[in-house]
Amino acid sequence: MSILVGKHSRVVVQGLGAAGKFHASQCREYGTQIVAATKPGAGGSEWEGIPIFDTVRAARAATGADTSLIFVPAPYAADAIREAADAGIGLAVAITEGIPVLDMVRLKAYLADKSTRLIGPNCPGIMTPGGAKIGIMPGYIHKPGSVGVISRSGTLTYEAVWQLSERDIGQSTCIGIGGDPVQGMNFVDCLELFAADDGTAAVVLIGEIGGSAEEEAAAWIREHMPHKPVVAFIAGATAPPGKRMGHAGAIIAGGSGKAEDKQAALRDAGVTVVDSPAEIGSAMAQELAH
Amino acid sequence: MKIHEYQAKRLFADFGIPTPRGVVCRTLDEVGPAWDELGKDLCVVKAQIHAGGRGKGGGVQLARSGEQAVEHAAAMLGKPLVTHQTGPEGRIVRRLLVEEGLQIRKEFYVALAVDRSLNQPVLIASAEGGVEIEEVARERPEAILHEPVDPREGLFPFQARALASGLGLEGDAATEAAKLFQGLARLFATFDCSLAEINPLVLLEDGRVVALDGKINFDDNALFRHKELQELRDRDEEDAAEARAAEHNLSYVQLDGNIGCMVNGAGLAMATMDIIKVHGGEPDNFLDVGGGASVERVTEAFKIILEEENVRAILVNIFGGIVKCDLIAEGILAGVQAVELKVPLIVRLEGTNVERGRQLLRDSGLTIRTATDMSDAASQAVEAAG
Repeated sequence: MSILVGKHSRVVVQGLGAAGKFHASQCREYGTQIVAATKPGAGGSEWEGIPIFDTVRAARAATGADTSLIFVPAPYAADAIREAADAGIGLAVAITEGIPVLDMVRLKAYLADKSTRLIGPNCPGIMTPGGAKIGIMPGYIHKPGSVGVISRSGTLTYEAVWQLSERDIGQSTCIGIGGDPVQGMNFVDCLELFAADDGTAAVVLIGEIGGSAEEEAAAWIREHMPHKPVVAFIAGATAPPGKRMGHAGAIIAGGSGKAEDKQAALRDAGVTVVDSPAEIGSAMAQELAH
Repeated sequence: MKIHEYQAKRLFADFGIPTPRGVVCRTLDEVGPAWDELGKDLCVVKAQIHAGGRGKGGGVQLARSGEQAVEHAAAMLGKPLVTHQTGPEGRIVRRLLVEEGLQIRKEFYVALAVDRSLNQPVLIASAEGGVEIEEVARERPEAILHEPVDPREGLFPFQARALASGLGLEGDAATEAAKLFQGLARLFATFDCSLAEINPLVLLEDGRVVALDGKINFDDNALFRHKELQELRDRDEEDAAEARAAEHNLSYVQLDGNIGCMVNGAGLAMATMDIIKVHGGEPDNFLDVGGGASVERVTEAFKIILEEENVRAILVNIFGGIVKCDLIAEGILAGVQAVELKVPLIVRLEGTNVERGRQLLRDSGLTIRTATDMSDAASQAVEAAG
């Protein structure tokens, strides 16, 4: 079992630039159903056998696409997500980095009364091993299994997944929720789905400095998910305050967003928090052995 | 992107936010005439640097004569100003803002920023102005007023009136303050600000409401649609290495340790710093070469790290996913050969084609230590850095 995506997912790719093309082929090679692509002005043509449409609306009508993978450049990305939501796409996955924060603020307001879920932006995407890879993560490091992974990072998620797979611990679904301050699904949104998923026995949560999403996750876990073990790592314990650490959202501001506060909140909620990123896999192995 | 107080105040004026009359001085010669132009018996000489805590650091001085203004200016211009935000070396003061002195009755704190839990901007205000707002938030959270700003409609007039009333303002002052709050919200949305702060906002003895200080940060991701803001950029205030890194699409932050770090991905880069600390070492920097880690970027990253004199070892930590490890190894080798490497280099590669990548490094004839995992890499680096 898994959440949100799988073999059934029918994916439309928005933004067929070099990155979009490269990753769309990689996803298809993994077995993901890429059923359509959109490129304004190129409707009616096709790329490697995939039909191209001018609009997401047309793509959805013709192919029944239910999931969108978005590579549209930052200045136009919020509009692309809006277009996907308007077309009735159930899950929009935005890889794009660098979307202005206020674009995301306005977009969140627009999405409030839509049924579309958004993952990202500035994220590696979502992947159900053995089912579907909808994003830019390397597919082969994953293994089907029962550990859910939620992370604000890209390569650090790959690192964690690698540590799990090396120990023969498979994953149900891995979600990169992205490194921006205003984003689509947050930790709690994903935890709700993992908690309800029979195929997920435990969760790895990878947070980082900035904001309070980890504290909110801790409060939710304590209240609603005492039965599934959670292993967490918070990146940025050594980061200085007031400095943005690569991700737009990774900044300690006004005394809030510190790693130590997040670690403490998670530990209080019964989560196993590791201080070293090299111990994510072994800590999960221990949890599962109990 | 940050700007100076005097620049923020010019933007305030454009949005109907009253500020004190002031003159920007770049040289000492300009200070006397500035005093004369203001024509008051009191003025304030304010150092213009991109850091807070100027008052406590001696960067804000009262003058009661033209001579005194020049004296204060002489003590600041061209000299470093140290505050709790500048580090011990301080920042060179290159400009002064000479402003009219005002009779202040009361001070307030006002700021607008995006609240990450609410996913929208929130205007906060407090009658406890001129102090550290974090302290107020911690000790007396009820003393802080919050009004969320509708991302499409802006701050509604009733919200602005509620804020003014909540601050205890009455009559014309309340009306003026409400207009000011709406102006601040318009400015914030118009220029994609990440922070717009007035600390303090003051009520004067004559009943006017004025922004005595001003701080604006812009969202870097939105600068592409605000070309007019480019001319407000002050390169002198930016860390040279960080700015150079940014030109090459590298994300770099200078730290205090002695182990140089080069990592692909921001999360993994932070985690690498953390694991160095776990092993008893101190990272010299945060450096994200991006998911791709191309030859050009790796070379530039080595150059930036090696300019730091205190670097005793370099730790490269790359998780090669889509980009294969053998290509990354070639990038590292090209980078090493392009710079003169005099400190131990520890490389930890993981991912696609990792064996071919490690082999390339071993066969290169260069003294590169390869690590098996993150822990091994960190302990080797800490040992090498002594």
